Amino acid sequence: MSPDVKSDRLVGRSPARERLHRAGELVIETVIRICGVSAVIFVFGIFYFVFREAAPLLFGGLDIGQLLTSEAWYPDSSNPRYGAFALIAGTLSVTLLAMLIAMPLGIGAAIFVSEFSRGRTREILKIVIELLAAIPSVVWGFIGLVILNPIIIDIFDTPIGLNILNGAILLALMSVPIMVSIGEDALKAVPDSYREAAEAMGATRWQVTWRVLLPAARNGLLAAVLLGVGRAVGETMAVLMATGHSVNVPDSPLDSVRTITATIAAELGETAQGSDHYRVLFVLGSLLFLITFLVNLTADLVIRGIRKR
Amino acid sequence: MKSRTLLLSLSLVLASAAALGGCGKKSRMIQNKGSDTMINLAQALAEEYRNVAPKVAISVSGGGSGVGIAALENGTVDIANASRDMKAEEREITKKNTGKDPIDHLVAFDALSIYVHKNNPLAKISKSQLACIYGEAGTCGKWSDLGVEVPGCSGQEIVRVSRQNNSGTYAYFREWVLGEDKDFKLGSRDMSGSKDVVDLVGSTPCAIGYSGIGYKTDEVKTVCLAVGDDEPCVEPSIAAALTGEYKLSRPLYMITLGEPTGEIKDYLDWVRSDAGQVVVERTGYAPLPADKRSGTGSK
Repeated sequence: MSPDVKSDRLVGRSPARERLHRAGELVIETVIRICGVSAVIFVFGIFYFVFREAAPLLFGGLDIGQLLTSEAWYPDSSNPRYGAFALIAGTLSVTLLAMLIAMPLGIGAAIFVSEFSRGRTREILKIVIELLAAIPSVVWGFIGLVILNPIIIDIFDTPIGLNILNGAILLALMSVPIMVSIGEDALKAVPDSYREAAEAMGATRWQVTWRVLLPAARNGLLAAVLLGVGRAVGETMAVLMATGHSVNVPDSPLDSVRTITATIAAELGETAQGSDHYRVLFVLGSLLFLITFLVNLTADLVIRGIRKR
Repeated sequence: MKSRTLLLSLSLVLASAAALGGCGKKSRMIQNKGSDTMINLAQALAEEYRNVAPKVAISVSGGGSGVGIAALENGTVDIANASRDMKAEEREITKKNTGKDPIDHLVAFDALSIYVHKNNPLAKISKSQLACIYGEAGTCGKWSDLGVEVPGCSGQEIVRVSRQNNSGTYAYFREWVLGEDKDFKLGSRDMSGSKDVVDLVGSTPCAIGYSGIGYKTDEVKTVCLAVGDDEPCVEPSIAAALTGEYKLSRPLYMITLGEPTGEIKDYLDWVRSDAGQVVVERTGYAPLPADKRSGTGSK
């Protein structure tokens, strides 16, 4: 118990007030505990409801092999075929390219903010990078549609600028803030004695960063990247607008694709509840949930790895 | 003491809000939702109707014919806008969920246009050429397959622009071009609105797309459409749609749960009257012929 309770007792509270006080304490403790546990309840609740809508189809006639390997996505045809391979390939290709662009940007920015900038520069940088996270995804999508589309057509001489590259650039910019803030924390967590020791041995700043800080903060930086991936996989609106929304297994970054999230967003509102089309979208939702869950879990285990050391 | 005054004033505010809400009940809210093709039309009608019956507020939203019909199935709208016929199973579900049969009210016709970029020299297109471009078995992938060369189009590749697969426009176009039980080729760029299709075609030299005639802009060109390869083609226009000369035109419906009554009936009667049909024509759709209009145009 806190020292307050003891002092109360010293002042001489009556036993009745004391009991009341304890009861109050108990109530507050319970409420806070419920708040803490609620996150767990919500996660499992959401998974349960998504899965419940998907289950009748998942265990009743859906050809999982076809879902995962076929490109034919004809959910509302008179001969419906549910092949999500092109959608999965779309999601993975956009995410992968986005990470290739975001990683050097995000980690580089984290190193600069944490190690090379001081005082006002650093404060301003941190605020502006966080502002990047505050831009709504539909605005990003609009930028992709209106600004990046003609630029990509001009530079790469492609028939259309709504493609993987366009979506990946947007996703990269969207996941940079999360990488910077977590990456910076990871670099901060490296004890100063490491830096001092390295500098004392005559290492340059570049050598300190490259040979000492990066290896020491490796896990934290990996976690930063993985959380960025989680953000990119789940993003909907921007990719819906910027990737061309075209069912297609890509063979170049300049191909249009369609992602799982965009498919759910575009089609779920218009399906009859309980129909096979409706359920297959929930199957896709479960799949997406599984992917982001695995990514986040990996990130979490990696972060835990740092703490233990 | 202070908190008590606060409480008092708060309850006063609440009471007055409740009273205001009570006043508001006199005006009726009609929920109108569905077809993206019809959204401009539905909004124009709703605005105009405020001058006719100021007490009736009509809230219009889009999303697609499927969205409107799904809402009707769940009983959450008064009027669903649809640019296609309701399917038999949709009627069944509606009947099962709400206990009422959906009733169609024909309100206008829409002519679908084939759009290409304004620099595209293509003058005429036939139904079989459309099937060759859009159909699952179609082999037309280059503009040269249609005998034209499009300036500014890299690789002369045809960029197919289509609609998301539960749009009424998508379903109607697919059936008209390919016939029943056929599918489009995958890999088209699927836009989620009639306007988006025209915007994308307007900014992409390689593109071809289809959308309502009312969405035409200066950036795109409409293509003269022929049914048979040897038949003369017809430029899309409201007039040609009305005479039946232009074949790619379709009925637009407002669908209610059961026979409409009260304000909803008044509204639909007005829409189908001469006064309502003027709005239809003004927004770029084809109005109903005189014998299909309602007689209560005086309202």
